[in-house]
Amino acid sequence: MNREPSKIQRRRTDIFHTASPTVLNLISIPSGILLGLILGAVLIVIAGADPIASYKIMFSSSLGGKNQIIETLIKACPLLLIGLGLSASFKAKVWNIGAEGQYYIGALFGWMVGMYGTALPKPVLIPLMLTAGLIGGSLWGLLPAILKIKNGMNVIISTLMLNYIAILIVQYLARGPLQEPGGFLPRTAKLERIARMPQMFGTRLHLGCVIALLLVPVVYYIFTSTPLGFKLRAVGSNPKVAKYAGFNVNLAIFIALIFSGALAGMAGTIEISTAYQRLQSSISLNYGFNGVLIALLGRTNPWGVLLTSIFFAALTIGVENLHVVIGLPVSLSDAIQALVVLSVMVVDSYIRKKAS
Amino acid sequence: MDINQVLSASFFIALVTAGIRLSIPVLVTVLGEIITESAGVMNLGLEGIMAVGGVVGFLTAFNLQGGSLHSSPQLAIYFALIAGFVAGMGMGLIMAFLSVTLRADQTVCGVTIVLLGVSLSNYLYRQAMNTLAESLVSLTIYKIPYLHKIPILGPILFEQNLVFYLVIVLVLVVHFFLFKTRRGLEIRSVGENPAAAATSGISVEKTRYLATIVGSGLTGLGGAILTVVQLGLFRENIIAGRGWVAVALVIFSRWRPKNAVIGALVFGLADSLQYRIQAVTQVTYGKNTVPYEFLLMLPYLLTIGVLLFRNSSSDAPATLGEPYVQDAR
Repeated sequence: MNREPSKIQRRRTDIFHTASPTVLNLISIPSGILLGLILGAVLIVIAGADPIASYKIMFSSSLGGKNQIIETLIKACPLLLIGLGLSASFKAKVWNIGAEGQYYIGALFGWMVGMYGTALPKPVLIPLMLTAGLIGGSLWGLLPAILKIKNGMNVIISTLMLNYIAILIVQYLARGPLQEPGGFLPRTAKLERIARMPQMFGTRLHLGCVIALLLVPVVYYIFTSTPLGFKLRAVGSNPKVAKYAGFNVNLAIFIALIFSGALAGMAGTIEISTAYQRLQSSISLNYGFNGVLIALLGRTNPWGVLLTSIFFAALTIGVENLHVVIGLPVSLSDAIQALVVLSVMVVDSYIRKKAS
Repeated sequence: MDINQVLSASFFIALVTAGIRLSIPVLVTVLGEIITESAGVMNLGLEGIMAVGGVVGFLTAFNLQGGSLHSSPQLAIYFALIAGFVAGMGMGLIMAFLSVTLRADQTVCGVTIVLLGVSLSNYLYRQAMNTLAESLVSLTIYKIPYLHKIPILGPILFEQNLVFYLVIVLVLVVHFFLFKTRRGLEIRSVGENPAAAATSGISVEKTRYLATIVGSGLTGLGGAILTVVQLGLFRENIIAGRGWVAVALVIFSRWRPKNAVIGALVFGLADSLQYRIQAVTQVTYGKNTVPYEFLLMLPYLLTIGVLLFRNSSSDAPATLGEPYVQDAR
């Protein structure tokens, strides 16, 4: 180890020392995104395409006009809901990686209500479906919470294993008991019109999307101005101190997992009643895992999560268009997303280390 | 398939043999992670590192077997395994830089490494492979003279490929390295009490880098063994949670290589059961049928079960997951 400069010297030479976390985020996030996009350009070059032209196509096809922006918002809806939910868990440092499974079970519950509740009027059926999705997702979040509180089981591992199990349950039901009557493919019947999310404002923007957008300020309020938000943060920053201060740490873990499960489950219901309309083995574009990156990159701040989910949705739509236009693999968007998050983390940790 | 067929001797031998083979990639990964975690670095990125090792290994083997090493496909496999190891080390370098040098939150780094590794490997595979009809030449099976004739045990333990025998040696080597060598002691002391280790002249940063890179190398090797030796193919998301299972098995093994063998074997058997039975879609037991999806769930249910009954973290390295800040005062 080299000799460290004395503390006074370090403080004087350090430009970041007095910067607040918000200012740090304003430096690290844009520069990290830029770095990530540059690394992504390397991947595009490896594939033999022109990176600048590619990024232009990606931008114009995702954010280049009103219709494109609406499509991007629709794509961002499940990511936003999952990201908002996971933010609650991550604030409490409960590493819930199980949004994918919670999403699948939510989709299953929502689909069941939508399929067999068609006798109900639409204004009753749709809220009922959303509630079913909330319940399904939170039940799947309840399991790891119980395992954690009763057995001290690592939440990352239990939530991950439950992802695989949830997907297989849906796969089994779609192939077996719930299979489309008279159908050959391993999938259920389509939801009827009455069980689909109504579209709003004369555009393709649907009710689910509007709910997700309205939840942003609500969740922000919960995080910043309620005792619950404070408790989550306290448990996250130091569980021992939180316990000493009289907080019920287990209750916080419990609430965090139920909250993220509920929102992921609702995302599942919304997607099943808009994009997919039927259960099959694949009803998610890696939403659960990308939601993890979104919550992290959005700094568990609901407004940050909103921006990040729109950014990720735009990348996904952009790459889908690149795939059609010049045949690049669709997995490029996942790779760029991970590179962006990695770059932001590098820049951010570097600045924080310098500042400490 | 009838339950009686499942229980027949030949099926049992085939099942256990395949189970042992499928436990090998996970075992190698667990050994790597035991080394890394012993130094106090919690590398949760195994799933992604296995994927990168798997794709690099597969592409190396595929190109060598179809190209310059056409005449000796066996040799190509060993080169592929080395390539997987090196790719894993590369990922380990990123992890070490993030967690040791930049002191980023290790959980966040690990999850990011997973998503990066999985997406990169899917991308590379799509980019490099234009044909779908790809398959690799498999490794020669060596029969150990006389021993392979022992009933049941013979075919299971003494009719395997060279990688199997080498991995058994590797378990002993890792155990010896961690618990009987000076370097191993240094690694463990850095995980238990980095401040004391630093006082006695050990570089905490250097040791943690070394442990993370070597451990990730073994993880990459585990991924390469899975795709190149065990399955002979690569598919998107082929690791299918095995990296996360390995994270769980490290806890199960209480950071001891010999316990890792038991954990990996149990997992491998569950894995081979689902592979064997997947082909025939269902098992009948009298009038009841078991859907194959439930069999596919076995390894994941088992992982939860394993942690339910063995969840003590008191054997964990004391500073696992905590960045070390030299000269805190």
